[in-house]
Amino acid sequence: MKKKFLVNNMLMLVWVALKGDFTFANFIFGFFLGFLALWLADREHAGKRYFKLLPSAISFFLFFLYELIKANIQVAYEVMTPTLYMEPGIVSVPLDAKTDLEITMLANLISLTPGTLSLDVSEKGDVLYVHTMYVHDKEEFIHGIKNGFERKVLELLR
Amino acid sequence: MDYVIMVVITFGALFVLLAAIGIVRMPDLYLRISVTTKAATLGVGMILIAAAVYFGEASMTTRALAIVFFLLLTAPVAAHLIGKASYFVGIPLWRKTVLDDLKDSEDTHSLLGIDEEDEDADKKDDSQKPESEV
Repeated sequence: MKKKFLVNNMLMLVWVALKGDFTFANFIFGFFLGFLALWLADREHAGKRYFKLLPSAISFFLFFLYELIKANIQVAYEVMTPTLYMEPGIVSVPLDAKTDLEITMLANLISLTPGTLSLDVSEKGDVLYVHTMYVHDKEEFIHGIKNGFERKVLELLR
Repeated sequence: MDYVIMVVITFGALFVLLAAIGIVRMPDLYLRISVTTKAATLGVGMILIAAAVYFGEASMTTRALAIVFFLLLTAPVAAHLIGKASYFVGIPLWRKTVLDDLKDSEDTHSLLGIDEEDEDADKKDDSQKPESEV
């Protein structure tokens, strides 16, 4: 995995050096070109994980951007309208994420989206306590976190 | 292109403004954290990206991206720590709060848990002292 990534970066540098065009866009283009070359050369599917990682990282980023903007508009609406429609509460979300890295990523992402704030993790690391602005339905909220952020995080890290 | 920059930078400023209004309007500390840290993140991010597009230089773009990256990295950690600390210090939730799962859980008294660990540490120190003397 790491080896593939290093080779990919090296191919990117080679591409940039050959073109002699040290711009940001050319670095990105070189990286994708290197990625494509490695993918074509990987005949035994030894680096399968690496080739799955980049698309899932991109989809993860886009998904996160979408969630961020959606939640921001929701909060903006709440702030602007005169009556407060909020039903805030602290919800315990059972976790499938096991390692510290997975839990940290998930908690940070939840904190980063407006309206939700991760308050605490249980000592065993199996429950995450999330403060949220809208608890219409507890099960629905848990379902949303598990199928949204958690699934994406695990997809990326496992 | 100028119009795109104008629109993005205006929306960025609007999000920051809304975060500021949110501080005044939200009824309790947790909601204030929820509203401000993140609305500011998106707002500042949009302003920085618009600035990067406006200058159109590699050095500016990398700087803007680095600032956005570190904002995204640090903002949630600070928000989480302030939120957690204030919950355990006992800052009350809004009266209309619907449910509080943390209240009934065993983990609520993790501050007490730290105290217990300290006591254990003291005991260990006590038990180690005679040994070291021997």
